[in-house]
Amino acid sequence: MTDFYALLPSLVLGVGGMVLLLGGVLNKKTDTTPAVTFGAVVLLLIAALLNLTAPDGMLFHGLFTTSLFTRFADTLVYIGAIAALILSVDFNKREKIARFEYPILVLFAVLGMIAMISASDMMSLYLGFELQSLALYICAALARDNLRSTEAGLKYFVLGALASGLLVYGISLVYGFAGTTSFTALANVFQKGADTGTIAGVVFVLVGLAFKVSAAPFHMWAPDVYEGAPTSVTALFATAPKAAAMALFLSVMAGPFGHLTDQWEMLIQIIAVLSMVIGGLAAIGQNNIKRLLAYSSISHMGYALMGLAVGTVNGIQASLAYIAIYVVMSFGAFACVVAMRRNGKAVENIDDLAGLSSERPGFAFAFAVFMWSMAGIPPLAGFFAKLYVFATALNAGYDTLTIIGIIVSVISAFYYLRVIKVMYFDRGEPQFDRTSAGAGFVMVIGALATIFFVVVPGPLMAVAGEAAKALMG
Amino acid sequence: MNQLGFPILSLITYLPLVGAFIVATLSGDDEKVAGKARCIAFIFSIVVLALGVFVWTQFNPAIAGYQFVEAVPWLSGINVEYSMGVDGISLFLILLTLLLTPIAILASHGIKTRARSFFAAMLLLETMTVGMFAATDFVLFYIFFEAVLLPMYLIIGVWGGERRVYAAVKFFVFTLAGSLFMLLALVWIWRHLGTTNIAVMTHSHISPEAQTWLFLAFLAAFGVKAAVWPLHTWLPDAYGEAPIPGTIMLAAVLSKMGAYGFLRFALPMLPNASAMFEPLMFVLGVVAVIYISYVALAQTDMKRMIAYSSVAHMGVIIIGLFTFTVEGIEGALFQMLSHGLVIAGLFICAGIITARGETLTLRNLGSLAINMPVFAAALLFFTLANMGLPGTSGFIGEILVIVGALKVNFWVSLLGGAGMVLGVTYSLVLVRAVLFEKYARPELSRLKDLTGREYAMLVPLAVLVMWLGVYPSSFTHAFDAPIAAMVQAHTAALNPHIALAMVTAK
Repeated sequence: MTDFYALLPSLVLGVGGMVLLLGGVLNKKTDTTPAVTFGAVVLLLIAALLNLTAPDGMLFHGLFTTSLFTRFADTLVYIGAIAALILSVDFNKREKIARFEYPILVLFAVLGMIAMISASDMMSLYLGFELQSLALYICAALARDNLRSTEAGLKYFVLGALASGLLVYGISLVYGFAGTTSFTALANVFQKGADTGTIAGVVFVLVGLAFKVSAAPFHMWAPDVYEGAPTSVTALFATAPKAAAMALFLSVMAGPFGHLTDQWEMLIQIIAVLSMVIGGLAAIGQNNIKRLLAYSSISHMGYALMGLAVGTVNGIQASLAYIAIYVVMSFGAFACVVAMRRNGKAVENIDDLAGLSSERPGFAFAFAVFMWSMAGIPPLAGFFAKLYVFATALNAGYDTLTIIGIIVSVISAFYYLRVIKVMYFDRGEPQFDRTSAGAGFVMVIGALATIFFVVVPGPLMAVAGEAAKALMG
Repeated sequence: MNQLGFPILSLITYLPLVGAFIVATLSGDDEKVAGKARCIAFIFSIVVLALGVFVWTQFNPAIAGYQFVEAVPWLSGINVEYSMGVDGISLFLILLTLLLTPIAILASHGIKTRARSFFAAMLLLETMTVGMFAATDFVLFYIFFEAVLLPMYLIIGVWGGERRVYAAVKFFVFTLAGSLFMLLALVWIWRHLGTTNIAVMTHSHISPEAQTWLFLAFLAAFGVKAAVWPLHTWLPDAYGEAPIPGTIMLAAVLSKMGAYGFLRFALPMLPNASAMFEPLMFVLGVVAVIYISYVALAQTDMKRMIAYSSVAHMGVIIIGLFTFTVEGIEGALFQMLSHGLVIAGLFICAGIITARGETLTLRNLGSLAINMPVFAAALLFFTLANMGLPGTSGFIGEILVIVGALKVNFWVSLLGGAGMVLGVTYSLVLVRAVLFEKYARPELSRLKDLTGREYAMLVPLAVLVMWLGVYPSSFTHAFDAPIAAMVQAHTAALNPHIALAMVTAK
């Protein structure tokens, strides 16, 4: 019965998704999109609540595990997906891309993410990985009459397929040399070290995962896909799959490959530094707010990976906390981008924000909060995310890594600052359309969480710490 | 908890935040909201000022350590406490902030556009500044130190003059880059001492080689904030372009943050490096005093001239801090308070002229003394205090610094003292150009003398300047204990055998 309870959230999503799909297909007369979206949000909420009380343990003879770590990452995925769905209701309607399939695709993508977070076998990992990827490829091309959106979908698909190929090739190498796909068995095998073939396999797996979290140098797809996909879909891309892929990254590196730290540590450090630097520098030249956020998310992934590079429980804790805070800042920032509409059309240039603070002080303030927080200016949540990562990295003796991180974060403060400068100092009349209630709600929740994190940082850090312990054992 | 059994420092720190929230959520048409917002902001700032004065009355000057201490566990896992406290050094800087905020709010009469945001930003600035002076944990200090940037950036950039955007961005980038070095120093110290508690850090030993690097990092962070020459170039732009209330807060309070940082961190924590860099700091201080005084003399704008005079005075403060004598450091601290009051008075005088629709270009001013006698008296008074006339606060600060420097190095004392003479030159140029008839224009004769609101701003400042000048010991007796302890610890750190002798003597 333990199996059943641990499986319940996934069952709710899977079965519920099917029911909604049937409902949407059978009812042809009325527009079912709002109802289906509402249903999907309710299913996600139910799954999230069930997930909180799910017991620890193994499922299907060791194909999946549940622990505090998976519950923590799952919760982040649910939060990101719910926020993205709320944002999509009004946006998709106004963009005339409101199709009832979208929330269902999101449900299946979330199911895939849950599966890959809980995976404790290479096969189940790949299964979850593909399920979420396929659903997301379609989401990227949701605006199928729009050239940029279809281009984004296709680009995402081709590059994603390549990454999946690398991942599965890596898995096959690891299996070939170790003789098993189970995480626990792999960890046992690697206790005695690993030969070159296995290392090659590990590197391929790592590359596949780095692609998913859009860490440099495997980030090329992110800016184009972020820009091309409809904003409501981009909001999803920037939150739930990022959290899921990052969690997978952590669990694979700390789990089956946990004894090979010496081999992959350097690679993670290189990826972390490249992500921070490339994400930070490339964003400076961007005029499109979605591209800017894409580069910003690349650099955030670099900071989150710094925690993994440290490799200790504290490091994992810092990474988890970073992702949690990143998810909140991201959906908040995308709520602002979703609300950037003029005369019924979405506008995406930073210059379109000129003068926003006189016209819509609340909107501008919320956006400024997210930008400052992403830049890591205290007392906002983003500062603490960075502080924890830097503090643990430094305590573990990674001086150079920390110094690079701090310098890059100051350089990148420049482009976040530019957004604020445009909103507050430049004159202009953005005359944005009325913000939908959903976007406003997400914006307010995100801003409050970002501002007031300083008051009670304890609970999140404590849970992240426990989750890290659960992962590292 | 502390002698009051009540977290009064947190109350003082966060009450303005509540005010900021109330002000920001006001609704109604712009005209009415502006008045209401100013009124609410003023009430809040007066209430916290009263609380601050209450803390002063309860303050025990005999204790060198922190008082009214609060400590709560805060960042779990990395061992950071939320801790606050005041000692004789921070007490008056907090009071200075609390006093100048309501005055700056009174000076914001001209702010009509987006008034809610403006007053919310002012109150936010008060919270951040007071929090920074009261923080006794380095992480907490850093957070407040950085957070001060946010409201100030907006105040300069939104309500500033013509080149406001340039000035705001320059201000932000300079300070952020400086703070980056402080953050690096912070994480280094954190790792090696394992604590971020300031009191513990002060009594820990750091190897002399490491001290050198840490000192340079602090110099970058606090030097920018305190506008030490040659890191001062953001200052004339920021002071010149900020709206008058913003300039008052920048010049009177924010510039003290840097000097406070030196006093709180660089001096006690890094005794060897401080001693090693003493000549450098003296040179920087003397250059600031002499060179910047000449630069001030060349200015054609009243606000910029006062701004440069402020940089020159920061030079005096730096010299005083690095004498490592009780007189020198007390003089520097005294000068910090005095300069805060005097410079605020001068900028208010400049604000009075702009409020009457005139520019601050010296060429377009003149003969104001005829129609605005009270204004003329006030400007003259603050100018005299600025140049250090005996009987005003400026004199006490400068004379203490000169005496302290004399104990260490005659030439530093002489050249630093030359600043007083050079101060006279630009001050007199300023007074002549504004008050007397050099550039008189007929339009200027229509200007009215001070209003009640302007009296309310200038009179408290003038009274305090006189009080500091005539009876300085009501202030100095509070900082005697911590500064004596600091100087003693400094000597002991540099000469271990003396320290041993002192311990055995006890």
